[in-house]
Amino acid sequence: MFKDITLGQYFPGDSVIHRLDPRTKLILMMAYIVAVFLVKDMWLFLFTALYAVGVTLIAGVPLSYLIRSLKPLKFILIFMFIINLLVTSTGEVLVEWWIIRITTGGVKQAVFITIRLILLVSGTSLMTLTTTPISLTDGLERLMMPLSRFRFPAHELAMMMTIALRFIPTLLEEADKITKAQTARGADFESGGIIERAKSMVPVLVPLFVSAFRRADELAMAMESRCYHGGEGRTRMTVLKYRRRDLWAYLSMVLLIGLTLILQAVL
Amino acid sequence: MPIEIKNLSHTYMKGTAGARKALKSVSFTIDEGEFWGIIGHTGSGKSTLLQHIGGIMPPEEGTVIVDGYDFSDKKQRIEGRKKVGLVFQYPEYQLFEETVAKDIAYGPTNMKLPGEEIDARVHEAMALMGLAYDKFAEKSPFELSGGEKRRAALAGIIAMKPRYLVLDEPMAGLDPAGRKAILETLEGIRRDTGCAVIMVSHSMEDVARHSRKIAVMDKGTLAAIGTPEEVFGGSLPLEELGLDLPEVSHLGMLLREKGMDIPPVYTVEGMRDHLLGRAKNV
Repeated sequence: MFKDITLGQYFPGDSVIHRLDPRTKLILMMAYIVAVFLVKDMWLFLFTALYAVGVTLIAGVPLSYLIRSLKPLKFILIFMFIINLLVTSTGEVLVEWWIIRITTGGVKQAVFITIRLILLVSGTSLMTLTTTPISLTDGLERLMMPLSRFRFPAHELAMMMTIALRFIPTLLEEADKITKAQTARGADFESGGIIERAKSMVPVLVPLFVSAFRRADELAMAMESRCYHGGEGRTRMTVLKYRRRDLWAYLSMVLLIGLTLILQAVL
Repeated sequence: MPIEIKNLSHTYMKGTAGARKALKSVSFTIDEGEFWGIIGHTGSGKSTLLQHIGGIMPPEEGTVIVDGYDFSDKKQRIEGRKKVGLVFQYPEYQLFEETVAKDIAYGPTNMKLPGEEIDARVHEAMALMGLAYDKFAEKSPFELSGGEKRRAALAGIIAMKPRYLVLDEPMAGLDPAGRKAILETLEGIRRDTGCAVIMVSHSMEDVARHSRKIAVMDKGTLAAIGTPEEVFGGSLPLEELGLDLPEVSHLGMLLREKGMDIPPVYTVEGMRDHLLGRAKNV
């Protein structure tokens, strides 16, 4: 039952997008969010949407993967659509019934917000689809490095993320094993109400926590015995390096944001 | 009634690129009260087989029938697995209750037995596993030593009074005294209650000492079934299967090659008795 949970959504590939420096992808993702928020007129979404579609095509990620990443958000999307539809009351009235009042402005606003949300999620998904979790943490660590001057624990945070990612599959496997062992002792995880079901998880959670702490202890010992003492003076096996393709990627984003701003100002 | 396994196959991650056949058409029958050893190289399908016998995994292909319960049917499987006590590797990692007694009572409680019956079974199981009730019952399972935890976990299964005790490497990680104690306890339970013991082990010595029947697994298939004499007698290519002879059998074989008249024995005790017998005759 626990093995069905997939971690992250990395889509293996070897495209230019996959090979971009993770720092580039992180910064571009944030810039893309800004670009999406800069758009004030509906039709200008054309460019931001085209940008996302372009990246998807170059990365060779099937569109179905991108759509799948939107699925968990379908309720939020529908909710946002309806709220905007009902709350906005500008323009002509289209439907008026009981307390419900739908206006042209409302329809416009609802569609606008929905497109914005879809683009935001697609943009961030594109990054996680094309970057392995480990290189993402690598990139984050490098990006946060300047902050360590102000005592911000950049290395520690990145190490914690790396360790967490490393142990998610291990803990899932462990949970699976313990669940099986307790099933063999007659545990029933499937029937009963919510409270009973929650109670039935105790025999799984207690051993799982015990083993997580044991593992943490052992890992700390193993790291110390290999002279780990934090980030100071620590060198890296894979050194992140900007290449020409990163420059092109940045340029494309400058172009997108520039175009959006100029067209917005002109029109 | 027996455990009947017929043409049992299982594939992990079916339909994906990582598909792996763990069991390929395995068939055999385990009768009541027998002591079985299951040996095989790592990844030969032993654990998958045990989980099928324990009713944790529904059979994909083929059938598993335990005491007449067909495990292909979910209802019958849930009912039938009460007959089987499945002990996973390192069972001490499943301990969770505040006290040893409560933890042992977990299984019988799930079986919805009356309170006095549960209490009696906890006492009995602890006695069988050599855990003094007065000393251990109110202790937290996390305060026990490794060997004691193992015994407490086993007691939790034994308290369910299974007709078949199925164990995945019950002695792994224990010291020699602990191994011997567990093995002898298992044999004692089998003798006294007539429940069958099916044990996976990497120790050929342990398997040879008590098992009357041995199943040899290799790459998901059943490579051989037989008595210790048949399995370790020299006709099976054990090395090709990633297995060894028990050390004393190996010694006996080397001595035979040198021309000494040593009968094939599979346990240290057997070898000791033989050598002592010879010494007397000299």
